[in-house]
Amino acid sequence: MGMDRREFIRIAGLSTLLGLGGKGAFELLAPGRVDAEIIPEKNALQAKRWAMVVNQKKLDDATAAKCIAACHQVHNVPDYVNPPNEKLKLDPEVAHRYQIKWIWTDHFHNVFPGGVQANLPEEVEHMNFLTLCNHCNNPPCVRVCPTKATFQREDGIVMMDMHRCIGCRFCMAGCPFGARSFNWRDPRPYIKNLYPGYPTREIGVVEKCLFCAERLAQGMMPACVEVSNGALIFGDLYDEKSQVREYLRKFFTIRRKPYLGTNPQVYYIV
Amino acid sequence: MADYKNEFGVFGDRPKVEKKLFDRNKVIAGLVIFIVLITIPLWKNLGKTVAAPTPSLDTPVINKLVAKDKKCIMPTEWMRANHMQMLIDWRENVVRDEERKVTTSRGREFVAPDGKKYLASLTNTCMECHSNKAQFCDQCHNYASVVPNCWGCHQETGKKLAEAK
Repeated sequence: MGMDRREFIRIAGLSTLLGLGGKGAFELLAPGRVDAEIIPEKNALQAKRWAMVVNQKKLDDATAAKCIAACHQVHNVPDYVNPPNEKLKLDPEVAHRYQIKWIWTDHFHNVFPGGVQANLPEEVEHMNFLTLCNHCNNPPCVRVCPTKATFQREDGIVMMDMHRCIGCRFCMAGCPFGARSFNWRDPRPYIKNLYPGYPTREIGVVEKCLFCAERLAQGMMPACVEVSNGALIFGDLYDEKSQVREYLRKFFTIRRKPYLGTNPQVYYIV
Repeated sequence: MADYKNEFGVFGDRPKVEKKLFDRNKVIAGLVIFIVLITIPLWKNLGKTVAAPTPSLDTPVINKLVAKDKKCIMPTEWMRANHMQMLIDWRENVVRDEERKVTTSRGREFVAPDGKKYLASLTNTCMECHSNKAQFCDQCHNYASVVPNCWGCHQETGKKLAEAK
């Protein structure tokens, strides 16, 4: 049985194509019809590098409380310290340890330990700082996550995929800012008003602030920024005209633990 | 003596042991009881048929749809076979921005073959129409003995539903 030259070259060529690119190579030559697709929403907010400025001069305790309440409401963050009913009341010490915090306030000495800047005005040392995940440029939590449940998006947001979290808590050990909380128990009963637009979490996963990635995708500013009366500024660090850059140009800002090299992207005007 | 021989030498006959089951009656009775016991579930359900699941489409939102619009985002047969893969794709697209097999591109809007756009969301899109989780989701899942862990975090009532309430 013979094979002519043309037949041989044809078969050799096709098998090389299969060997090099597998099935995909053939689909490249004859692209199949795409039945359905997912496209980004038109009004989604996009940036090269999201960053936040916290204007501590403008932020009073009431505004901070409002920011915390707004965030914890739209993200279904449970409240173990003040549970919705008496039956769920926990031992205060346990409740304190179980606390889930996306955004919270803390005293200067806890937020800037080791003296970020020597001899700051005394009023600064008495401030309550609004703290949240710093969405570091060099996030240690991402490096230690064994399942890539925590990962960094192209726009800088340190994102969490709860579906992948196995609850090993390496990220909590890795984060130098205490921005991550572990769900020691089922959080659902401890959520006062279940917000239907966002999922809750399960027992055994770690959670934190995500710079409201789900709201940005729908064209909305983060929940805390919306209710902060201008005390929180959020925007694109790579856009010279953005409000964040404007504030960074105008004011002297400090960041939390810059000496650790995580390059946090939440700036504080003091 | 019936000796036998192999390459290692000459050996005497193997000892003659009577081939007999000791305590024959007890052993057999025990075996029978054992077999009956472990097959009880089979006997109990013998002849019974488990009704195939009949997912119900009787929800307020679906009933409100006009006949022309009364369809899922993808054809029923396709959904029956691929809804789990589609949900995983949605999830990866929305959370991880990764391109996947069934659906392509990225973001959170799902474009059906007929060009209609939907929000890629289990709670806000699927559950908006199929608000009867027990009759629609759980029935088949129980029948097929699959335990999806969606509901540990995702809520059964969608945003729009709750607003309507």
